[in-house]
Amino acid sequence: MTASFLILALLTVAGTAAAMGLRNAVHCVLALTLGFAGIAALYLQLGAQFVGLAQIMVYVGAVAILAVFAIMMTHKPGQAEASVFSSHWIAGGVVAAAVFAVLAWAIASSEAVFQLLPPQPDVTVQKIGDALMHRFVLPLEIMGLLLTAALIGAVVIAMDRKEETK
Amino acid sequence: MTQVFVQLDQIFVIVKYWLLGFVPAGWQPLVSAIVSVVTVVIAFPALFALVTWFERKGLGRMQNRYGPNRAGPAGLFQPIADAIKSLTKEDIVPLAADHVVHFLAPVLLVTAAFLAYAVIPVGRNMIVVNLNAGVLFFFAVGSVVELSVFMAGWSSRSKYSLLGAMRAIAQMISYEVPLVLASVVVIMQAGSLSTVAIVERQAGYTGIWPHWFVFTPWGFVGFALFMIAATAESNRSPFDLPEGESEIIAGYYIEYSGFKFALFFLGEYLGMMATSGMAITLFLGGWAAPFPFLAWIPSYVWFFLKLLALIFGFIWIRGTLPRLRMDQLMNFAWEFILPMALFNMLVAGVWHFMPPGIPRWLVCIAMVATPCILLSMRLKRKKKLQLRTYQFAE
Repeated sequence: MTASFLILALLTVAGTAAAMGLRNAVHCVLALTLGFAGIAALYLQLGAQFVGLAQIMVYVGAVAILAVFAIMMTHKPGQAEASVFSSHWIAGGVVAAAVFAVLAWAIASSEAVFQLLPPQPDVTVQKIGDALMHRFVLPLEIMGLLLTAALIGAVVIAMDRKEETK
Repeated sequence: MTQVFVQLDQIFVIVKYWLLGFVPAGWQPLVSAIVSVVTVVIAFPALFALVTWFERKGLGRMQNRYGPNRAGPAGLFQPIADAIKSLTKEDIVPLAADHVVHFLAPVLLVTAAFLAYAVIPVGRNMIVVNLNAGVLFFFAVGSVVELSVFMAGWSSRSKYSLLGAMRAIAQMISYEVPLVLASVVVIMQAGSLSTVAIVERQAGYTGIWPHWFVFTPWGFVGFALFMIAATAESNRSPFDLPEGESEIIAGYYIEYSGFKFALFFLGEYLGMMATSGMAITLFLGGWAAPFPFLAWIPSYVWFFLKLLALIFGFIWIRGTLPRLRMDQLMNFAWEFILPMALFNMLVAGVWHFMPPGIPRWLVCIAMVATPCILLSMRLKRKKKLQLRTYQFAE
């Protein structure tokens, strides 16, 4: 466990914790973005360049922007900034702690943790590209088709509304 | 004699290793990183200062006026005067503004803009980090800029800045897609995402003709699309709607003053220069000399000459073209640039699999020209284009 890992982990946890605790919704998104960036930096530290950079591109560049736009479209001006904490936060905390305890117990008692990890294969971007273009080309195409369909669907929904108002 | 030129070419690398000789071995990686970063952080803002002078002089010349001519010879010290002015100005933060986010927005913008220089090779062996996925890193860092623009526009609590931020984000997202797609052709051909490898793939000459990617049909189209998208990404004229002075005053940074305003200015120019640097790396052979008999000139000189040439192109366009309208901007992105970039990828594939020779050139040029003409005709239909008659000016 190196110093850089500790700093990044602290940053990620602080960001996501602030995302849950802050009162202003836009602040929450910005804090969450910090968490995303921290996770991306952790990926980069592990040597997974493609995953880390894709994480920044998708989550920091696109998802965060989408989230703030969604908030601004739905947020009513002049609305009082109510506390985001539910009144049942004690019960929620107990459930969360219980789930964490069960998971931690399961992982700690598992034998897989204590086995020596095999040496990590050196996964370069080129290898990921080769795998996507050869072995996993069909899943990739299906994903592309799905996303295109979603895109066209979004455009159709947006266009229909325009005609109704005319 | 050639030894001298090699040493001149590598002078910065030699100086860096000479400096590293003074520190203990354990500290060398850290000191090496710091030396590289400090060089970038000094060199590019200095170039930014020069470029602001160059832009004001160039625009002045194009608009029949002098431009800055008071501070120093030919107004050359104008950037220093500007810097002192913005440093001494009062830093006004609106009362209703979100103070923390308002402060963080310019910081994030400049940080992201500087990070992009980490993967741009400015000379032979002169790159901060040679990442395996350098091009991907560049675009990932570039996407952070959108977030900082939103932070600036939203935290100011001003209608104009929010409108400017909305425009800027819509424009940046629309033009980021063609920017990435235009550079994909180079990645396809070079077979690598590393910027150093891409530059190496463009080395060599046929006669006196360099093997730059811009001198191929797909490379030329890719370069043109990349530069158009880069103009839009850096919010420059004719795509300067986010800060259109006559409409929304200054866009998302209207509520910034003093040095924070200067930081936005710096971030924008750093972004423009980084994208130009990427265009040079991807299409213009990086730091390579254009002709073999000029190869004795140090590599970093060529990089910065190419950079200044591209920046002059930006200034020229700014002095020539009027601002687009929002619908024109979006139509241009989605109806022309995006399909053209997709066609270009197809052409790059055909180029790769056809044997070298004249037929390959003819087929690829035809494949590039046909969609270009068809798409322009499609963009032009239902529009009455005629010579404009001026009523109040000649």
